[in-house]
Amino acid sequence: MTATTHPGSTATAHAAGGHAPHAGPTGFLWKYVFSTDHKVIGIQYGLTALVFLLLGYGLMALMRWQLAYPGQPIPVFGELLLRALGPDMADRGIMTPDLYNSFGAMHGTIMVFLAVVPLAFGAFGNYVVPLQIGAPDMAFPKINMASYWCYFAGGVVMLVSFFIPGGAAKSGWTSYSPLATVADLAHRFDGQTFWLMGMVLLITSSLLGSVNFIATIIQLRAKGMGWLRLPFFVWAQFVTAFLLLLAFPPLEAAGIMQLMDNLLGTSFFLPTGLVVSGRPLDVSGGGSPLLWQHLFWFLGHPEVYVLILPAMGIVAEVLANNTRKPLFGYKSLVYSALAIGFLSFIVWAHHMYLTGMGTKISTFFQTTTMMISIPSVIILTALFISLWGGSIRFNTPMLFALAFLPMFGIGGLTGLPLGFSATDIQLHDTYYVIGHFHYVVAPGTIFALFAGIYYWFPKATGRMMNEYWGRVHFVLSFIFMNLVFLPMFVQGLEGMSRRRDDGGATYAAGEGVYGLSLALKLNVGISHAAWLLGVAQVPFMINLFWSLWRGPKVVSDNPWQATTLEWATPTPPPHGNFTHRPVVYRGPYDYSLPGSPTDYAPQNLPA
Amino acid sequence: METLVTKLLHLPPVASAHGTDLDNLMLYVHVLMGVLFVGWSVFFGYAIWRFRKSRSPKADHAGVRSHVSSYLEVAVAVIEAVLLVGFAVPLWARSASATNFPAEADATVVRVIGRQFNWMARYAGPDGVFGLADAKHLSGANPLGIDPDDANAKDDIVTENSEIYVPVGKPVIAHISSLDVIHSFAVRQMRITQDAIPGLSIPVWFTPTQVGVYQITCAQLCGNGHSNMRGLLRVVTQPEYDAWLRSKSKTAAEPVSYD
Repeated sequence: MTATTHPGSTATAHAAGGHAPHAGPTGFLWKYVFSTDHKVIGIQYGLTALVFLLLGYGLMALMRWQLAYPGQPIPVFGELLLRALGPDMADRGIMTPDLYNSFGAMHGTIMVFLAVVPLAFGAFGNYVVPLQIGAPDMAFPKINMASYWCYFAGGVVMLVSFFIPGGAAKSGWTSYSPLATVADLAHRFDGQTFWLMGMVLLITSSLLGSVNFIATIIQLRAKGMGWLRLPFFVWAQFVTAFLLLLAFPPLEAAGIMQLMDNLLGTSFFLPTGLVVSGRPLDVSGGGSPLLWQHLFWFLGHPEVYVLILPAMGIVAEVLANNTRKPLFGYKSLVYSALAIGFLSFIVWAHHMYLTGMGTKISTFFQTTTMMISIPSVIILTALFISLWGGSIRFNTPMLFALAFLPMFGIGGLTGLPLGFSATDIQLHDTYYVIGHFHYVVAPGTIFALFAGIYYWFPKATGRMMNEYWGRVHFVLSFIFMNLVFLPMFVQGLEGMSRRRDDGGATYAAGEGVYGLSLALKLNVGISHAAWLLGVAQVPFMINLFWSLWRGPKVVSDNPWQATTLEWATPTPPPHGNFTHRPVVYRGPYDYSLPGSPTDYAPQNLPA
Repeated sequence: METLVTKLLHLPPVASAHGTDLDNLMLYVHVLMGVLFVGWSVFFGYAIWRFRKSRSPKADHAGVRSHVSSYLEVAVAVIEAVLLVGFAVPLWARSASATNFPAEADATVVRVIGRQFNWMARYAGPDGVFGLADAKHLSGANPLGIDPDDANAKDDIVTENSEIYVPVGKPVIAHISSLDVIHSFAVRQMRITQDAIPGLSIPVWFTPTQVGVYQITCAQLCGNGHSNMRGLLRVVTQPEYDAWLRSKSKTAAEPVSYD
């Protein structure tokens, strides 16, 4: 069913075709702050998420000092931390274990929930999806605004928690009970309480966003935009929206239960007989710590695909555009994305192999885990094969999109030994795991997000980003990403565990005792590469803002000569998006049609 | 013991009977990964060189028509299935199925209890029976709350210094639990890892094959002392183990002290 059959919908009534274009809001506050326009909200999401991305990086950059040089004061920043957070956290500028654990928990939380998902789903989804389906806006613009402001409030709560007595949450981004409840018994409203309240806001934001995306993609597609004419990016966002809708509520419930354990004396996740610091803990007991893990990972694993599916969508768009040919196996891409979406709900306990799992249950989860690797392999293979026969342009978005392929390949493949419970015995919670999921998310998803920023920037602003500095940004990021994460596999195989504030120095090889050796040396090199990775982002930051005002203006609404509908709008798109209600006549990637005068045929070009 | 596999994968030397099988699976998985990655990379490198714009000014709308990739995908699925059914599941069943455990009579049985931030070990003592315990008996000298009036408890041995003694060449059954938060009992060279979860006691077993001292790692974030929660597994000869047990055991007449 397409939008044209819904004359009653207020959103569609805005579309031009016959009507006068709906006047946008006037006044700075309503136009740019409390906006209901999907494009403004998308940019709000994008800028906020980029700030959090930088902050999440900054936490890690400080932790990397402690890993490389445990127990030494952090230069410059140590003094700042001491002043901001006090001697309990940064005594004489040295990162305490509590601060390390805080930063560790918040690095993960910020990167996943406040940076990468909001960028991939909130920013790109919001900005691009309505344009690509030919809609004037999202189906529920006010819900869309509510989604952003819940996210914003969640971010503020998380930020405030750094400065409360006892500091931010320090029990890992996974917040396993009972640690999350007993980690800071000295403070009633501790960092964990703030974390849980922040998470409830963030989850609410995601739920509001996801229902909106689903309604929009089902209801507001332009005339002729059949399901199999949707750009793969839209499909990826569609599946992502379902993952968020179905996976997040269990964690929201769990978060409220843990909040009650922390504040009201319930024992949902606290078993009988806890003895903390030599004293029986004054709780009724009878709860299950594993229940938290199940609820957490029931979100946590689909969340991985929330991170990766939109990235695959962006890469698919950029690849098709810059190879000047259709994607290989569009249908298999779509079916694989759907299969991933479904399977991602039945693999969660592969994070829990070592919690005392029997053979039958572990066999089930190992089997589903191997099954979900197949659609991932299909998608990656299809994207590789899409290159064959192309006429490849190596611009900045394409460089990032191309690099995504082998980087995500490493991330995916290194999931295999973790997916088998037997080999997981040795690798569980080591740096191998850190390397694995960072390859998926950092040089994987974040590279795709960079590709998306460089690719859609001219549509959003009317100006191009600087190509030379874009390439510099790419080359340096590519080198340092790999120098950071590749050695982690070696560290993990050697047996170095994650989440150690001394980088594993306690486990150094001793007289007659085998222990860490190479892994500890690698810590130093990784830290330096991580700091240089930060330096490599400076060209990007300058380029982003410089190009906003000084970049060369686009000479056409479709500077990349692309086929999808977002390029059929004026630049930047006005409120209501399209000057004429678009009609779709063909599939999303009609590049290099034989006998055609140009090498691209936009979707709204009559067949 | 270093093997070709531990050297190739940079794994810690293996010191348990089942460790080699586990290492072999690790190798097979990494070979599969390597083959796929090299295959993709060669294709990728050639494709972006061959089809760069200057060499390939006009794209081919149809692109690849063959279905070779489908066969490759099926092959990957088949190999994964073989690794799963042939290796991963049987290896897991060895340690996770109760029916595969050695008889307690033929094994060294020890209870390993994690707490912030060290490991305690409890042995049943000469009578081979663990005594009762209850939280009401908890004290600084009796961290596990062992019942002082229970006859079976009199000879129980508790060590609090994060060192665990076991004899070489005999299966060890370790019941892993925790007093406070979730820890994880990992001995990398024994190729065992088991989460220590409060409220649960989960058995694992392994057979140490080499005399030596092995590090016990806490592999699950457990608080601000997590990085120091190191322990030592001391694998000794049977006579040394017996002597150690004798040095630790008390006659029923002596006052109970659990250090």
